[in-house]
Amino acid sequence: MQLTVWTYEGPPHVGAMRVATSMRDVHYVLHAPQGDTYADLLFTMIERRDHRPPVTYTTFQARDLGSDTATLFKNAAKDAYERFRPKAMLVGASCTAELIQDDPGGLAEALALPIPTVPLELPSYQKKENWGAGETFYQIVRHLADVDPPPDPEAGSRRPRCNLLGPTALGFRNRDDVVEVTQLLARLGVDVHVTAPLGAGPEDIARLGEADFNVVLYPETARSAAGWLKRRFGQPAVETVPIGIGATRDFVREVAELAGVDPAPVLDDPRSRMPWYSKSVDSTYLTGKRVFVFGDGSHALAAARIAQREMGFEVVGLGTYTRELAREVRAAAADYGVEPLITDDYLEVERAIEAAQPELVLGTQMERHIAKRFGIGCAVISAPVHVQDFPARYSPQMGFEGANVIFDSWVHPLTMGLEEHLLGMFRDDFEFADDAAPSHLGSHGGGATRRSEPSLAVVAATGEAPTEAAAAPVATAPAEVADAAGSRWEEEAERELKKIPFFVRGKARRNTEAFARERGVARITVETLYDAKAHFGR
Amino acid sequence: MSRPAEALECGADERLILRERGQREVFCGLTGIVWLHRKMQDAFFLVVGSRTCAHLIQSAAGVMIFAEPRFGTAIIDERDLAGLADANEELDRVVEQLLARRPDIRMLFLVGSCPSEVIKLDLSRAAQRLSQRWLPDVRVLNYSGSGIETTFTEGEDACLAALVPELPRPQTEAPRLLVVGSLADVVEDQFRRLFAELGVGPVDFLPARNVAGLPPVGPGTRYLLAQPFLAETARLLEGRGARRLPAPFPLGAEGTTAWLKAAADDFGVDAAHFDAVTAPGRRRAETAVARYRDTLAGRRLFFFPDSQLEVPLARMLLRELDVQLVEVGTPYLHKHLMAPELALLPKEVTLSEGQHVENQLDRCHAAHPDLVVCGLGLANPLEARGMSTKWSIELVFTPIQGYEQAGDLAELFARPLLRRERIRDLESCN
Repeated sequence: MQLTVWTYEGPPHVGAMRVATSMRDVHYVLHAPQGDTYADLLFTMIERRDHRPPVTYTTFQARDLGSDTATLFKNAAKDAYERFRPKAMLVGASCTAELIQDDPGGLAEALALPIPTVPLELPSYQKKENWGAGETFYQIVRHLADVDPPPDPEAGSRRPRCNLLGPTALGFRNRDDVVEVTQLLARLGVDVHVTAPLGAGPEDIARLGEADFNVVLYPETARSAAGWLKRRFGQPAVETVPIGIGATRDFVREVAELAGVDPAPVLDDPRSRMPWYSKSVDSTYLTGKRVFVFGDGSHALAAARIAQREMGFEVVGLGTYTRELAREVRAAAADYGVEPLITDDYLEVERAIEAAQPELVLGTQMERHIAKRFGIGCAVISAPVHVQDFPARYSPQMGFEGANVIFDSWVHPLTMGLEEHLLGMFRDDFEFADDAAPSHLGSHGGGATRRSEPSLAVVAATGEAPTEAAAAPVATAPAEVADAAGSRWEEEAERELKKIPFFVRGKARRNTEAFARERGVARITVETLYDAKAHFGR
Repeated sequence: MSRPAEALECGADERLILRERGQREVFCGLTGIVWLHRKMQDAFFLVVGSRTCAHLIQSAAGVMIFAEPRFGTAIIDERDLAGLADANEELDRVVEQLLARRPDIRMLFLVGSCPSEVIKLDLSRAAQRLSQRWLPDVRVLNYSGSGIETTFTEGEDACLAALVPELPRPQTEAPRLLVVGSLADVVEDQFRRLFAELGVGPVDFLPARNVAGLPPVGPGTRYLLAQPFLAETARLLEGRGARRLPAPFPLGAEGTTAWLKAAADDFGVDAAHFDAVTAPGRRRAETAVARYRDTLAGRRLFFFPDSQLEVPLARMLLRELDVQLVEVGTPYLHKHLMAPELALLPKEVTLSEGQHVENQLDRCHAAHPDLVVCGLGLANPLEARGMSTKWSIELVFTPIQGYEQAGDLAELFARPLLRRERIRDLESCN
C-alpha cells in the first residue's frame, strides 16, 4: 500500500478513455461499478467537451457480485452496440472489475458483434494512466492497422507523407500542437497522412501503413504503437519531440532527412521570436535563474533543455512521474549535474523543491500549488491538466510558435529585470516590503491575503479557479536564532540578511551558517555574511 | 442494461414512480469526503482503495483542494493482492506514517472502497486494532464509501452512522434536540440562534466540528434531519432511543418554517411565540425568493438523480417559484423519511428512482425542458444541444438551507437562465 495525497495520473482505464474519446466511431464498454463515471467529467468539464465520452459503464452493484456480473457486461456491450453503432469497440475492466475476473474480452468475443472488438488488459494495481493510453493505442493499432497497404501508383512522384502519432483528449496542449506541427511539416513539403488517435476513426487507423514514416509526438502514448508499425511496415519514426527551438530544429532536420527534402527554408521561421527575445539585453536578468523542472517525461525533458540552453537558466532540479521515461530523465539530469527525481509522490516533490530553493518552478498543476505555498513563481509545462490548460487562444508548446508561447509563459511569473534591480537596491523602501508583489502581477490588497493559505478552495473546474499564473513572493519567516551547531546571528547580520531577495535568503542563511560552522565562528556578523557570500559565489 | 424500466405503484401514496436500472451517471459515496473533511476539523479520511479512488476524490466536482487535505488514499497494489504483503500490516504502517505527519488528527476514518470490499478487507477489525494502538490520542472508525454499496451522499450517511455508536450518553433523559446532517457552518449558526430564540434546546449538531464536541444521544433525544439522505444514521439513532421529528427539509421559506415548527411543537413552543420568532426570517426569505419568480415561473425543469435532495428541491421550486416539473429523478426514495415532502408534492409529478442514463437522456431530449439539473458529466453535452443546465453538485457544496439562504437557492436555478439571456448575442454562434 502506498499513502497518496494527490496523484499525477489516474488509473490505466482513464488512459484508455482518453484514447477512445479522442477518436470517432469507437465505443468503450467498461466493466465498472457505480462511481467510475466520475471520469466523464474530466472530459466534459476540464476540456469542455460538448459530447459525453463514448464510454458505457456496466455499473454493477454489491448485490450483483453474487449473481451474474458477466451477463450484465454482455447486455451492456450489446446495448451499446445497438445504440451507438460504433465501427470498433474497446472492452475492458476498471480496477474493481479486474478483481472479479469476468474476462470482458472473452465475453465480447462471444457476442460476435459485426465490428472489430479490441480487448484491453490494463492492470490497474501496477500501471497508471499514461501507460493505459499507450497500451490502448498500441492494441487499437495492432488490431485495426494490420492490413497490407494497397499498391501506391504515385510512389516516387507524390509528396512524402507521415502519420502524427500520440495526441489524445485531455492531453496538455495537444490540440494546438497538432495544428502547429502539421503546418511545420507542410512548409517542409511533407503531408500528414493520418493523425491518431486524436480525430481518427477506425478506417484511418487501417490506413496507417500507407505513410512513409511516423512522427511520435508524445512518446508516452505512441512509442509502442510506432514500434509495432516499424516492425510491420518498416516505417521509421521521428522520436524527437519538437518542444523548444533546439528540439524543433533537430526535428525539422530529422524529418527532412527521412523525407528527402531540404530543411533549410524551414529552420528559421520569421515568426519565431523566441531566439531574439532571449538574446536581447533585457533578458539578461534571466541568466542563471534557478529553475526546478517536474512533469511527464517528454515535457520535463524538453523544458529542462529549453531552460538551460535557450533561456540561460540554471536547472537545479529535474524529475518526472513517468517511470516509462525514467532512463532518459536520469541521463538528462546527469548532463545538468542534478539528482534525478523519479517519483509519483507529491510530497516527495514538495520536499525536493523546498530543498532546491528555486526561483522558478516549471511543473504541473500540482507544482503550481507547491510553488504558491513557498511563494515561488511557477509556469505549467505538463499534464495532469486543469481547465486553465485549455486556453481559448491558440497556444501550442511545439514548433516555433510553441517556443514563443513558452518564452512568454515562463517569463511572466518572474520579476522583470529593472524592477528586480530596484527591489534589490531599495529594499528598505516601505512599499518594497517583502510582501510587495512585482507590479505586473497586480499587487492590490495582495500583502495580507498572499500569506494565508487557501483554506478551503473548493473551486469548480470552470469556476473561479485560482488564476495566478505565479505566486507573489512571500518572505520565509526568520528561522531560529541559533543554528544547530550553535552559531548565533547578530541582530545587525540578521537585518542585513533580510535585504537579500527572499528566494535566495534561505540559501544564504544556510550557506552562512555552514561557513561559520566550518570555521568555528560562534557569532555571525555582517562580515561573516559577506565572507560566506564571497566563498560560495552567488 | 437491457432491463426495461418499470413503472411501479408506491404503496399507500399511490404515486407512480419510474424505477430504472442501468448505467448510473453518479458519484460513489467516497465523494462525501470532499465536504466531510472540512466539516470535521480534526478528522482525517483515509480511503483504502485503488488509484481510481484517489483520482476520483481529486477530480470529483472538478475540485482540487490544495490546502493540506485531511484525506488521502492508501492505494492497494499488486503486492497486497498477491498476498506478498500482509494488507493489515501495510495499513498499520500507512496509518503510522500518516499520524506522524498529522499529529493534530483526533479521529481517523478508514473508508472502504469497491476494491477493499471485493477483496473483503475487514476494515472494522482494522479500526478496532488501530484504535487500541492509538487511543486516547486518536479514535479510529470505519465506514464504506464504495460505489457498489453507496451512491454519492450515502457516503455521508455511512460516515455519520459510524459515529452514532461513539456518541456519549446524556446525563439526564431531559429532552434535547439533535440536528443531523452536514450543514455549512454559517447555516448551523443561524439555526442555533433561531432555536435559542424559540426556547428549543439544548441543541446539538451531528457531525460536530470536532471530536470533543460529539453530541450526546439517548432516550430524551429528538432529532431533525437536515439532509434527506441519512436513512441508516436515522435507524441507528432510533436504536439509541432518539425519536425523529418528521418534517419537510429546511429548503425555502416554507420548508424551513415547517422544519423549525416540528421542533417547536415537540418542545411545546406556543404558536404565537413561534410566529413572532420566525416571522422576520420568513419574510426575508419570501422577499428574496420572489425576486427570481419572474425568471423561473412556468419554466419546465428536469432533474437527473444525484444527491437525494431532488424531491425537497422540486417541492420548493414548485411551491415557491411556480416551476413546472417534467421529471424528478432521485437515486433513492426513502419513503418514510420523504413522506412529509411527498405530501406537499402533487401526485401528477413524475418521479423516477435509480437510473438508466441513456433512457433518461432520451426522455430529456424529447421533453426539451427549460432547465436540466444534472451532474458535471452531462451538463456541457446538454448545453451543447441548446439546453440550460444547473450542476447538481453545487447544491451540495453551497449553503442553501434556512431562511437566509432561500434567495441564494432560488438564484442558483435562475442563474443559468439569466446568463443565457445576457449572452444572447452569442446564441447564433457555435
